[in-house]
Amino acid sequence: MKTRGVLLVMLIALLLEAGCKRQAGTAGSFFPASNQVAGWATTGEIRTFEAADLWKYIDGEAERYLKAGAQRVSTADYKFQNKIDAAVDIYTMANAEGAETIFRGEPPVDVKPIQLGDAARLSSQSLMFRKGRFLVRIVAFEESAETQQALSQLGQGIELRFGR
Amino acid sequence: MRSRCGADRRDFLKKCLTGVAVLGASGRIGLLAAAEEGAALAKSRVVVARDAMLRGTGTTVDSGRMLTLLDRAMQALFDRDNPIEPWKKLVHPGEMVGLKVNALGGRGLSSNVQLVEAICERLQEAGIKASDIVVWDRDSDEMEHVGFHVVAGGNRVQCFGTDRVDYEPELSTFGSVGSRLSKILTQRCNVLINVPVLKDHDGAGVTIALKNMYGVIHNPNKYHPNGCNPYIADLNMLPEIRSKMRLTICDASTACFEGGPGYKPEYSWKNNGLIVSQDPVALDYTGWQVIERKRAEKGLKTLEGDKRAPNYIATAADAQHRLGANDPKRIAMVEA
Repeated sequence: MKTRGVLLVMLIALLLEAGCKRQAGTAGSFFPASNQVAGWATTGEIRTFEAADLWKYIDGEAERYLKAGAQRVSTADYKFQNKIDAAVDIYTMANAEGAETIFRGEPPVDVKPIQLGDAARLSSQSLMFRKGRFLVRIVAFEESAETQQALSQLGQGIELRFGR
Repeated sequence: MRSRCGADRRDFLKKCLTGVAVLGASGRIGLLAAAEEGAALAKSRVVVARDAMLRGTGTTVDSGRMLTLLDRAMQALFDRDNPIEPWKKLVHPGEMVGLKVNALGGRGLSSNVQLVEAICERLQEAGIKASDIVVWDRDSDEMEHVGFHVVAGGNRVQCFGTDRVDYEPELSTFGSVGSRLSKILTQRCNVLINVPVLKDHDGAGVTIALKNMYGVIHNPNKYHPNGCNPYIADLNMLPEIRSKMRLTICDASTACFEGGPGYKPEYSWKNNGLIVSQDPVALDYTGWQVIERKRAEKGLKTLEGDKRAPNYIATAADAQHRLGANDPKRIAMVEA
């Protein structure tokens, strides 16, 4: 009975440790919570797709990401001041080269480079940047005078969390 | 060729009757020549309809204008003056009609809810019961995410994903393809109306009508090598798909010229149009040309230059498949 109790405690401790490891260092922890970036609020759960399930999220593009070493993507929806809906995707690649491969592979059309992470591009409704082995894409579903500025601020909020 | 529009059939018959007259005048050779000429002239009609004011002065599609645009496209396709007549030619009361939408691109680049509502309205006016219409794709959550409201049961138009009913346990096979089909396709509809989106595709080159059938099977991820060729053509040969497919209404209100199939605003444009045809190959060929024109305008290489020409279109038209026409000389493109 006593041995069974000790085993149970050890099992619970192991499970707790595994759970913490899973949480620490996952892309989920890079998503700012509501109002950690001024005006931006989360509107749904963070969903994560591991490499084997990448196609369930980006079927048709998954091969390109996998070839570049994608390990997983986490995604979450946001809203800016109840006006602009946006989706944030954070890809975790095996290394920085993988993030650069995807970034360079997308031709710059109607975008401008901005100072963010290792490299970044901003369009009227989207922001893509890479930092180390992370690649971030933020897509806004409404275009307005505030959209670009708001996207930049959210991008900065995410980049800060990479540094922690 | 599986199906053609009424006007082309009339043209063909006219040519054949002319041939009969010619036979009387100059014998058998005249008839054969006329029949051959008639066959050569039988073209797949593809209607490209646009409305520059589809969104009015805002950013979202106006429901009323979408219905008008759909009517214009369908009347041009079926050569009819009345907006209900084309639908009465297409479907019959008692049939169960599935609208296979595309919700994979997420918000911004999925089949437009206003378009689907307009189709459902016209189907009901043509005598189809609301509960005999099912709007579907692979996943209910994805559909809700892009604005569809899941409805399963009752007397309303049904709307849900294959996740609610699962795939058939047995594989359906043709050529390179072996897949389990959605039970929505096999058990819930005997008529299929394809409602894809006009998109660039990283692997296939483009994804329009034929590629949208990847959302009908349990293992689409297996069919992306070699530009999805011959998988796309083989998949569309499955009898359950081929025998039920009657029409494609491609949502080209927002289209994508690069970086597809996911939504990337910098690679998308408000095209404010629809592309409609009963020949999915001719429609894909036409849509491909629309995408190429936009790529050229944006200073991008052709898809061929980018080493991802949509070769699956030629495969779908070849002698082993005959799913439609990819030869521009056999496509009658009509602007409406």
